[in-house]
Amino acid sequence: MSRWQIARLIAGKDLRIERRSKVLTNQVLPFAGVTMVMFAFALDASNVLERVAPGLIWLATLFSLLVLVQRSFAIESDDGALDALRVAGIDPVAIYWGKSLALALQLAVLEVVLLIAAVVLYGAKVPLGGIVLLVITLLTATCGLACVGTLYGGLTAGFTGRETLLPLLVLPVVAPVLIGATRAVESALGTDGVALSEGWPWIGLLAVFAVAFGAGGALAFGPLIEEAT
Amino acid sequence: MEAEPEVPNPPDAAPHLVVALDDAVAVIGGFPVLAGASLSVVAGEIVLLRGPNGAGKTSLLRLCAGLLPIARGTGSIFGLDLATERELIRPRVGMLGHRNGLYSDLTVAENVAFWGSTVGATNDEVAAATARLGVDGRLQHVAVAQLSAGQRRRTALACLVARRAELWLLDEPHAGLDAAGRDELDAVLTQAVDSGATMLVASHELERAGSLAHRTVDVIAGQVHDGGNES
Repeated sequence: MSRWQIARLIAGKDLRIERRSKVLTNQVLPFAGVTMVMFAFALDASNVLERVAPGLIWLATLFSLLVLVQRSFAIESDDGALDALRVAGIDPVAIYWGKSLALALQLAVLEVVLLIAAVVLYGAKVPLGGIVLLVITLLTATCGLACVGTLYGGLTAGFTGRETLLPLLVLPVVAPVLIGATRAVESALGTDGVALSEGWPWIGLLAVFAVAFGAGGALAFGPLIEEAT
Repeated sequence: MEAEPEVPNPPDAAPHLVVALDDAVAVIGGFPVLAGASLSVVAGEIVLLRGPNGAGKTSLLRLCAGLLPIARGTGSIFGLDLATERELIRPRVGMLGHRNGLYSDLTVAENVAFWGSTVGATNDEVAAATARLGVDGRLQHVAVAQLSAGQRRRTALACLVARRAELWLLDEPHAGLDAAGRDELDAVLTQAVDSGATMLVASHELERAGSLAHRTVDVIAGQVHDGGNES
């Protein structure tokens, strides 16, 4: 089987497990929703929420990413499946791409829900002219976050105390995504009168980040899981 | 004690060496889990690894699976160097350790199909594997999380069959199986060896595993004493 076929097989398996266990719908989405509500309680002042809505969307996404990554690798380590994947000689690049793809699809669903929550809870407005920028921001940021999450999820999979180690490792690394995606979404939504054109340079940052971790992560993932498990 | 089964290779034929370890050392966290393992296993053999807990039986299996790096000495599986060609060794090896390597939210059939798909197994091969281990019929649609320990073990073995492993590395394979399950397992192992597989079995159940094995090798304090097929 080709590398891409194996990656699709891994992604399909992860998504099927998600469909069965409903962790995204029953745990992660409610967690993200509660986070958005808590932000609203904390920043309950006129116009503040609307102004900071883009940043809050991405903060809630990052917190939820940690839950999704831990779940993604818990299913591999609970009964020794990651070892079994290694013994089966499955290409680590295919494992990395497959798990990143499954994670990216779940993140995309999450981000759409969070965006809707921001409109409903914070009164954020989505102008028609900003939709293209918004969609491209979601796509590029999602790819970057999924790649980083998979890389560090694999690294910490074999460690005891991985639940606390993962946020420590992931959050500083994804800071550029938080900054770039927040600025780009501010432009897309026209928050505080920011021009649409100001968002596009941030897309460049997000794209470079996604490509760097997509390629670099694929190369590093194999040696990392060899050392970690 | 029952007579040991005959080794498939007749004495005058050149045996095809599957496992060849010479004074192999493996280290985990600075501690030598294998401190000089020498072992030769020819194709079609079932070799029982015997030794107390912590002696290094599991580490020996993990070394042969390419999961542990070889720190000193030499070793090869199917003639492939354990130091430099582990990626080529792994697809030909199947390991059933203390854990089953199954996805608990997937059904039996989905687990076997997944592992079979990694080597391009057909639906018929997957169905044959589940039938051979007695996890077909109604059971194949049950999520692994709802199975008994013995049923999970049989499902894991079905995955090995579907993966067409040539060298089976089994760590306490009878654990968790009832009497009928153990008989079925023995039949599966015998059938797999008849089909050309080779097996290393670590077990404390010496009577049952010993009756299957062609010979027994002692693993003591990280050292392997093999008086069998030394060249």
